[in-house]
Amino acid sequence: MALRKVVYNVTRNPELSAGGRLVNAPIVPVEGEAVQVHEDIAGEHMLINIGPQHPATHGVLRLVLELDGETVVRCIPHIGYLHSSFEKLGEYRDWNQIVPLTDRMDYLAPLIYNCAYAMAVEKLMGIEVTERCKVVRVICMELDRIFSHLLWLGTTGIDLGAFTVFLYTFQERERIYDLHEAFTGARITTSSTRIGGMMADLPAGWIEKLQEFVNTFPRTLEEVDTLLTNNGIWIGRTQGVGAISAEDAVNFGLSGPNLRASGVDYDIRKDRPYYDYETYDFDVPIGEHGDIYDRYLCRMEEMRQSLLILQQAIDRLPGGPINVDDPRIILPSKTAAMNDMESMIHHFKVVMEGVRAPVGESWFSVESSKGELGMYVVSDGGSKPVRWRVRGPSFINIAALPHMIEGALLSDVIAVNASLDIVLGEIDR
Amino acid sequence: MANDSFKKGLEGLDAGAAGSPQEEPGVPPQAGELPAHPSIEALREEFGDAVLRHEVVAGDEHIVYVPPQRARDVLAWLKDAPGHQYDFLQDLTAIDWGNGRSIQVVYQLWSTRSKLNLRVKVELPLDSLEIDTVYYLWRAADWLEREVFDMFGVVFTGHPDLRRILMPYNYAEGHPLRKDFPLRGRFSRAEQTRRSLSMQTEDHYSPRELEIAHVLGQTLPTPFDEAGSADQQGQFGGMGGAG
Repeated sequence: MALRKVVYNVTRNPELSAGGRLVNAPIVPVEGEAVQVHEDIAGEHMLINIGPQHPATHGVLRLVLELDGETVVRCIPHIGYLHSSFEKLGEYRDWNQIVPLTDRMDYLAPLIYNCAYAMAVEKLMGIEVTERCKVVRVICMELDRIFSHLLWLGTTGIDLGAFTVFLYTFQERERIYDLHEAFTGARITTSSTRIGGMMADLPAGWIEKLQEFVNTFPRTLEEVDTLLTNNGIWIGRTQGVGAISAEDAVNFGLSGPNLRASGVDYDIRKDRPYYDYETYDFDVPIGEHGDIYDRYLCRMEEMRQSLLILQQAIDRLPGGPINVDDPRIILPSKTAAMNDMESMIHHFKVVMEGVRAPVGESWFSVESSKGELGMYVVSDGGSKPVRWRVRGPSFINIAALPHMIEGALLSDVIAVNASLDIVLGEIDR
Repeated sequence: MANDSFKKGLEGLDAGAAGSPQEEPGVPPQAGELPAHPSIEALREEFGDAVLRHEVVAGDEHIVYVPPQRARDVLAWLKDAPGHQYDFLQDLTAIDWGNGRSIQVVYQLWSTRSKLNLRVKVELPLDSLEIDTVYYLWRAADWLEREVFDMFGVVFTGHPDLRRILMPYNYAEGHPLRKDFPLRGRFSRAEQTRRSLSMQTEDHYSPRELEIAHVLGQTLPTPFDEAGSADQQGQFGGMGGAG
C-alpha cells in the first residue's frame, strides 16, 4: 500500500476562541552575548522557585522564574535532580542487560523504550526479527502510546482544575497496567524485549483481553471528549496559550504531538516507517495553532488512531516463533536448558559472555508517545556498548519551555509545562 | 571459557571503562563503491577537502567527517542550502572511545523538506576539546551542547550559556561519560557525601540568576531548606499561586 498521509486541520470553535493572546516573538538569532539584566527592574521583579518538589512540575523539575507581578519575564529551568547516569551504566552492561534501564527512563510508556532500544541494537547487528515479533512490538508501542497519552490527559486536567478527567483516564490506565502485568509480569518496569525478540510470547487469552480493551476504550475516550473539548474553562485556559510557530518548533527540535500541533507533519511512523507501519491504515493529526488546545486535540486523535492500528495488528497477528532462530543471541528454552547438557552450556555461554555486536554504530529512532525517541548504539565488537545514547524527546521539548512562557502569566506556566508531556526520568536520565 | 567472566560486573567500578583497544575509528573499512548520498556529493563540490571521510554504517546511515575548524560552516551550509535544508537537529552528542583517542562530536540531522538523514562527525583531539557552537543555527543545540559539555568536557565556543546541566553546578569530579571516569566517581563516598551536605544556596543557582538577584537586591531562597523556605514564604509570596 502506498504511503498515506492525511493532514488533518483540527478545527476549533470560533465563538469561544480566545485567539492569539500570547504571541511569541520569532527567534531572531543574534550572534553575541545573551540577554542582559534590565536596569529598570530593581524592586519591581522577584525570583521564585517552582519545584523541584512540586506536583505541577510533573517530577523533579525546578523552574526559577523572574516575575513582574504575575507575568513571567524569564524562566530558567534546572534539571538533573533525578540523574541516574543510565548512559554510563550502559557502558558496563551487556546489550541485553541494558533493557531494564530503558523502561526506567520513561516509566509512563515503558514498552516503547524497550522496543526502541532492541530495534536499534538489532539494526546494528543486522538482525531481522520475526513477523510475529514485529506485530507484537507494534501492539506494545501503540498500547503504550495510549497509556502515556492517558496519563498526560489526566494530569493536565488536574493541573487546569478538571479533576474528573483524571478519574476516567486512570481507570483506563489501570486496564493497560493489567495487560502489562499479564504479558511481562510487571506493571511499570516491563523490560519485555530481548535482542532478537521478546522475553516471552504473548500469554494465552491476552489478545482477547486486548480486544476487549480496544472495543470498550472508545466509549471512555468519547466521554472525556465531551467533558473537555467544548468546555469553556478548558478552552479559556488552553487556546492561544503557550503557542509556538511551526518554524520555531522545528528550530527548537520539538517532536511528537508538540511539533505536529504547530502544523509540521513529521511523524517517524510515516516519514521513516519501521515494522511495516506503511501497511497500517492510520492518519496523523496535525494542528495549526501550536497552542495547548491543539496539542490536546492532536493527542486525543492519536489515541483514536492508535486504536485503529491496534485493531489492524490484532487482525493480522501471525503465528510462528517470536524470537529469531539464532543461537548466538537467543537463549534455549528453559525446558531444554534443564534437560540436556548442550542446551545448558549454550544457555551459560549466552548469559555469561553476552551477545556480541559487530563493530559499527546505529542511530535509530521511533515515534514514541512524547516525540522522536532516538537510540544511538556504538559498538567496538564487544559484548558491551562503547556508547549508548538516548535522544529523549522530553529533554528537547522541555528546553523550549522558556520560549513558550516568557511573557505569559504564572498560571500559564503550569498549563504549558503540563501540555509538553514531559517525564523527568528521561530528561535527567 | 575463562572463569573470570564472573567478575565482569565489577570491572571498572573503581577504574574507568576499558575503552576501545584499536586505534583506528571503530567502523570497518568499506569495500567497493559506497551508496551515494546527494548532500555528501554536494558537500564535496562546495567544501572540497573539508569532507575528510564518508562512511555508511548499519546499511543506510551516512556519516561524513569534517575537521573541527570547518564544522560550523559545513553545518550552516547544510541547514540552509536549497535542496538539502537540514532544518531539524535530531541529536547532538559525543563518543569517547577511550585510550587517548579523539572524542567524536556527532550531529544527527534530518531535513523535513527533502526527507533525508545525515550524520556529521567531528573528531576533537583530547588536548583541544573546542568547537564552534551551533546554537544560532538550531536552538535545539542549546541543551544538547550543555549536556555534551557536562558529560565530556567539550567546550562550545560562542554558546551563550554553557554550564553544567545534569550534574550540579559545583560538581568537581570531572566529566562523567569520559572513559577514564570511574563508575563510582573520582571522590570517595565520604567526600561525596560531605560535599553534597555542605552545598550553599549559591550552588543551586546559575551565575545569571545570582546576577539578577543581585540587581533586584533579593536574598535567594534555598530550594531544599525546609526551615528556611517556611520563613521566606511571606517574603517571596510563596508558591501558593502555582498550585
